[in-house]
Amino acid sequence: MMKVKFETKNYSLKYGSFQALKNINIEIPENQVTAIIGPSGCGKSTFLRSFNRMNDLIPNVSVDGQVQLEGNNIFEMDVVELRRRVGMVFQKPNPFPKSIFDNVAYGPRVNGTGEHSKLTEIVERSLKGAALWDEVKNDLAKSGIALSGGQQQRLCIARALAVEPDVILMDEPASALDPIATLRIEELIRTLKEEYTIIIVTHNMQQAARVSDYTAFFYTDESRCGQLVEFGPTREIFTNPNDKRTEDYITGRFG
Amino acid sequence: MGESSVPMSKYETKSTTTNKEIANLKSRHLAEKAAFGLMWLGGIVTIAILAAVVGYVLLQGVKVIDLEFLTTAPQGGLSGEGGISTTIVTTIYLVLITIVIATPLGIGAAIYLVEYAGEEKGIVPKLVSIARFGVETLAGVPSIIFGLFGYTFFVTALKFGFSLLSAGLAGACLILPVIIRTTEEALQTVPRSYREGSLALGATKWQTIKNVVLPAALPGIITGIILSVGRVVSETAVFYVTLGGSYRMPKSIMSGGRTMALHLYYLAMDTMAFDKAMGTGAILVISIILINIVINYLSRRLTAGLKGV
Repeated sequence: MMKVKFETKNYSLKYGSFQALKNINIEIPENQVTAIIGPSGCGKSTFLRSFNRMNDLIPNVSVDGQVQLEGNNIFEMDVVELRRRVGMVFQKPNPFPKSIFDNVAYGPRVNGTGEHSKLTEIVERSLKGAALWDEVKNDLAKSGIALSGGQQQRLCIARALAVEPDVILMDEPASALDPIATLRIEELIRTLKEEYTIIIVTHNMQQAARVSDYTAFFYTDESRCGQLVEFGPTREIFTNPNDKRTEDYITGRFG
Repeated sequence: MGESSVPMSKYETKSTTTNKEIANLKSRHLAEKAAFGLMWLGGIVTIAILAAVVGYVLLQGVKVIDLEFLTTAPQGGLSGEGGISTTIVTTIYLVLITIVIATPLGIGAAIYLVEYAGEEKGIVPKLVSIARFGVETLAGVPSIIFGLFGYTFFVTALKFGFSLLSAGLAGACLILPVIIRTTEEALQTVPRSYREGSLALGATKWQTIKNVVLPAALPGIITGIILSVGRVVSETAVFYVTLGGSYRMPKSIMSGGRTMALHLYYLAMDTMAFDKAMGTGAILVISIILINIVINYLSRRLTAGLKGV
C-alpha cells in the first residue's frame, strides 16, 4: 500500500457562518501528484490552502475535524514549521521585487541559513530543480520581476524547493501562463513528484489528466458548500467515474 | 445559380443621419469645447498665480542674495542688518531633530495599525479605532495648536525652555500624522501576494514585514519623510512659541534659535529690512523646490529599482 502524506478526517471549514467545506475525508498519497478538480466556487483553493494553514490569514475562519501531516494534527503544529515543510506555488507568479538569487535564497535565509557558500549551492540546486538554471545562471543579480511569466513561475517553484519541503501545493500554477510555458510547468511537475508530494488545484481537466496520479473531484450545490464527491486514481476517475456528477463534469456537461 | 444580375454596391446604405441627430451632435461637441476651455482657463490662471508669487519673491530676493548674505549671522535690531547663516543652521538642526524623533515613532505606529491591529481582541480594537481617528484629526489641526501644546508641555511643564529640543518635540507632533498616514498608505499598497509568498516559505510575520513588506513600501515611506521635511522648513507658528527666536548660532540641543521661516517672519514684522525678508523668502522657496525635486527623483529611482529595470 502507498504511504499517506496528508489525511483529513471530517474536515470542515467556515468563513464566519458560511460553510465553505464540509466533512472532507481524503488520504493524499506520498510522492504522487494529486489533482483537485471541480467547478468554480466549490472550495478547491480553500481546501488546498488548508494544508499549509494559509486560511489562518483570513479573519473569522473556523475549522472542524482534522488535517494530519504524517499522523500529526497540523493545527497543533507550529505554523511556521508547517509552512516550511509544506511549500506553496500560487496562481499568479509572485516573485519578490528582489534579485533572482535573493528570491531563491529568501526561504533558507529566514529559516536561518546565512552562509554565502551554502546559499550559493542551494540557489543553484533549486534553480536546477525548477528547470530554470540554464536560462538564468549568468543573470542571478537580475530582478525576479523582470523575467517572463513562465520563468517567474519556475522561479517561484525554485523558491519553494529551496527550503526543502516534503509537500508542494500548487494553486492553478499555469492558469496565468501561455501554452508553452504551461507545458514546461507540467513536465516539471512530473519530475518533481519523485522527491515531493504534490497537490495541484486545476481548472483544466486535460491538465489534471496529463499530470496527476490521483484526482479528487469537488462539487457544490445550491448551498455553495464544497464537498468531496469522488477520489481515486486519475485513470479511473476519468474513464470510469462512480458518480454521475463526476461524469457530467469531466465530459464537459457543466463547469 | 440564382445570382442577381443587378450590380450591387459593396456597402448597403441602411439609414441616413437625420437633421435632429446632426443638431444633437453639434451641441454635444460645443459643450465639450466649452468645458475644455473652462478647464484650460483654470489651469492657466493657477499656473500664472503660482509663477507670479514665486517669481516675485525670487526676483526681489535675488537682489540681496550673495555669499555674504548666506554666510554671516543676522545682527538683530530694527535695521535687520546681517545675513541668514545661523537661521540656515538652525533650520537644518531642527529638521534633523524632528525627523529623528518622528520617523521611528510614525513608522512603528503605522506598521502596528496596518499589520497587527486587525488581529487584536477584546477592548484593543476600540482603542485602535480611536487612535486612527486621532491621527486623522491631528492631521487637520491648525499648527498653532501644536505650538501651544509644545509651549505648555515641553517648554514650561518639562522645563526644556525655548530650545531646539522643545521645538523638535513639538515639530515631531506636527509631522507625526503625516508620516503615519503616508506610511500606512504605502504599507497597504504592498500586494498581498508578497506577504503570502513570504509566509508560505516559513517566514514569521515579523520576517515578512522586515524583509518584504517594508522594502516594497520604502518609496512611499521616504516620500512621507521628505514631505515632512518640507513641512518643518516652512512651519512658523509651532516654532514661534517653542524655539524662542534668538538669532545666535545654537550651541546645544537646549539652545533656542530661529529657523529661516521664523526669521522671515521677524524681518517682515519687526524690522525695516523688507529686502532681506525677500531674500530669506527666496532661499526658502528654493529649498522647498529642491526638496520636491529630491522627492520626485528618489521615488522614481526607488520604484524603478523595485520593478527591476
